[in-house]
Amino acid sequence: MTQTISVLVENRAGVLNRITGLFARRAFNIESLAVGVTDDKNISRITIIVDSGNNVVEQVEKQLNKLVDVIKVRTLDEKKLIGRELIIVKVSTSTKTRQDVANLCQIMGAKIADISSTSMTLELSDTPDRVDLFESLLRPFSILEVARTGVIAVQKGSGKI
Amino acid sequence: MINGAQALMESLKREGVERVFGYAGATICPAVDALAATDIAYTLVRTEQNAGHMASGYARMMGKPGVCMVTSGPGATNLITGIATAYMDSIPMVAITGQVQSYLLGRDIFQEVDITGACAPFIKHSYLVKDANDIPRVVKEAFHIASTGRQGPVLIDIPIDIQQQMIDPVYPDSVDIRGYKPSVKGNDNQIKRVAASISAAQKPLLCVGGGLFSAKAQEELITLCESARIPVVTTMMGLGLLPRNHPLNLGMIGAFGTPTANRALNTTDLLIIAGARAADRAVTSPKEIASRTKTVHLDVDPAEIGKNFSTTVPVVGDVKVILDQLISHHPKAQSEAWIADLQARRQAETQPAAAPGAGSVTPSYLMRTLGEQLDDDACVCVDVGQNQIWAAKHLPMKHGRFLTTGGLGTMGYSLPASLGVKTAVPDRQTVVVCGDGSFQMFENELATLKAMGTDVKIVMVHNGVLGLVHQIQYSSYSGPFGVDLTGSPDFEKLAEAYGIPGKRISDDGQVDSAIHDMLTASGPYLLICDVDPMTTTSMT
Repeated sequence: MTQTISVLVENRAGVLNRITGLFARRAFNIESLAVGVTDDKNISRITIIVDSGNNVVEQVEKQLNKLVDVIKVRTLDEKKLIGRELIIVKVSTSTKTRQDVANLCQIMGAKIADISSTSMTLELSDTPDRVDLFESLLRPFSILEVARTGVIAVQKGSGKI
Repeated sequence: MINGAQALMESLKREGVERVFGYAGATICPAVDALAATDIAYTLVRTEQNAGHMASGYARMMGKPGVCMVTSGPGATNLITGIATAYMDSIPMVAITGQVQSYLLGRDIFQEVDITGACAPFIKHSYLVKDANDIPRVVKEAFHIASTGRQGPVLIDIPIDIQQQMIDPVYPDSVDIRGYKPSVKGNDNQIKRVAASISAAQKPLLCVGGGLFSAKAQEELITLCESARIPVVTTMMGLGLLPRNHPLNLGMIGAFGTPTANRALNTTDLLIIAGARAADRAVTSPKEIASRTKTVHLDVDPAEIGKNFSTTVPVVGDVKVILDQLISHHPKAQSEAWIADLQARRQAETQPAAAPGAGSVTPSYLMRTLGEQLDDDACVCVDVGQNQIWAAKHLPMKHGRFLTTGGLGTMGYSLPASLGVKTAVPDRQTVVVCGDGSFQMFENELATLKAMGTDVKIVMVHNGVLGLVHQIQYSSYSGPFGVDLTGSPDFEKLAEAYGIPGKRISDDGQVDSAIHDMLTASGPYLLICDVDPMTTTSMT
């Protein structure tokens, strides 16, 4: 089962290394990991998606909590979270296929970020499922390259972690 | 203004540091220079790993962090085993390493390694200092982190230019780390549940480990087990928490434990694990036990709870405080029949006997005799391998300490640890138990022993092989290979070269008087005991 763990950490050199190192050493698999600074510039927020049972996630949480640079760890409630991922995808296009790609973008709510005579670069920010869907719909058009950010997430409602 | 190295030494003094174990090199020279101007004592080791083990031995006796200090590059990498050993045994330690100039970091210059990166998986926390003004705060935090919560090693890596940077240091009075707030007191409701479980239990069992030494909770353990009528088993790290002859002490659990202790573990109706992670060596089938019995786990580290054992009632906090909380509820188990049965079984366990005339010393008899002759509060520093198992099984602890590395199992730990012990408690009788394999991993430290002018007795179980591997190869593989210690020196002569007297015995008839002679000799002594290499740890 996929679970989303939010981690608040000190925004310092070497912290990400400690966190990823912990996952490697304890043989926890990371599906996705995204890092960014928070409203407090001394604190970064890391969103980690793991595909593991509850026991493993509990142990991940506890081990993360032991790191001195980790301020807070929460496993988010999957039913009540807002999770988003950004994808930037470059596809090969010709005058024949350009309109089809543009239609697809319109349907999915993606933007055309760049265009050339032989390619289009598209961006979409959405739930991971819809980002997957968008990527698979583009596959017939010959994808040149894909960059995805990994998921960031917050819990719905007024509470904070 | 003073330089960073001087601020480092002042910070150490403010943490009450009296001694540093170290090995100098280019990038740590400013710190060594600053140390020389203080009254902090310094012990030069012969290889950096042993600076870590000495700091460990010191820390275990003092109950506060031991400090070791080495140079960058190979000095730091050699220390890694000492750091990992302290981590796996939860021993408080502050390790200081020199580092190349901060502005040259990352260029692979002479004697540069990323030691904070290398140690990350087996260290409690580490710092790479990039501004000397941070040194007082970093040192204060390092000692706080090393000595609180689940204790462990903390590394401070200081580039040489930062040691030389001139500053006006500001020494903080307190520590505030927002990501580090270990629990002290156990949750009251959980404590009540545990107390009620004890009172309802007919076959309660306390399984205690090294965490009780860390928490200094020996008295609380004795009060609880006696007043609540709970028999006690220990892990290897918990040996010595109760005297061997305490009526409720059933001995050590695990593959090398006593039959009674293992029977108790397999028949209890309430297992209370305290200050122990009960890893594979101690409990081979945690799932089976947890499925059958109610388990309570008391530990300062929440990550230990549920890791190896699924737990019915977890309580997180300082084990000394938790035991006190429990005692205040006056729980009392309905356990007299169970205790009587276990005590009878414990009594019936066979005691190691001498077999004179066999031309080989019987290790179990050797350990029993040694234990009987030792002072009540002696410290026994035990190495790794067959010698460790024989000592753990057969050496009767009274009120002393049994210091070994039960976590990492690092060969060569015993002598350096004993030297750390001696700096902490110079008047306590201190004995090393080792094999001829482990001896050759620490023999360079005989020079440190000599230089310190201290009194450590060494008992070597001498069988010419790496005994435990030899034994496993016989039982589980195609036979012995690569474990023959041919080429070993004449150990008596080797000791003599260091000015240490020695004696070699090869028969049980000599054991009693040889141990007496060793213990009454003034100064260090090496007793070499020839043991048949086919003698295994399962024999008594």
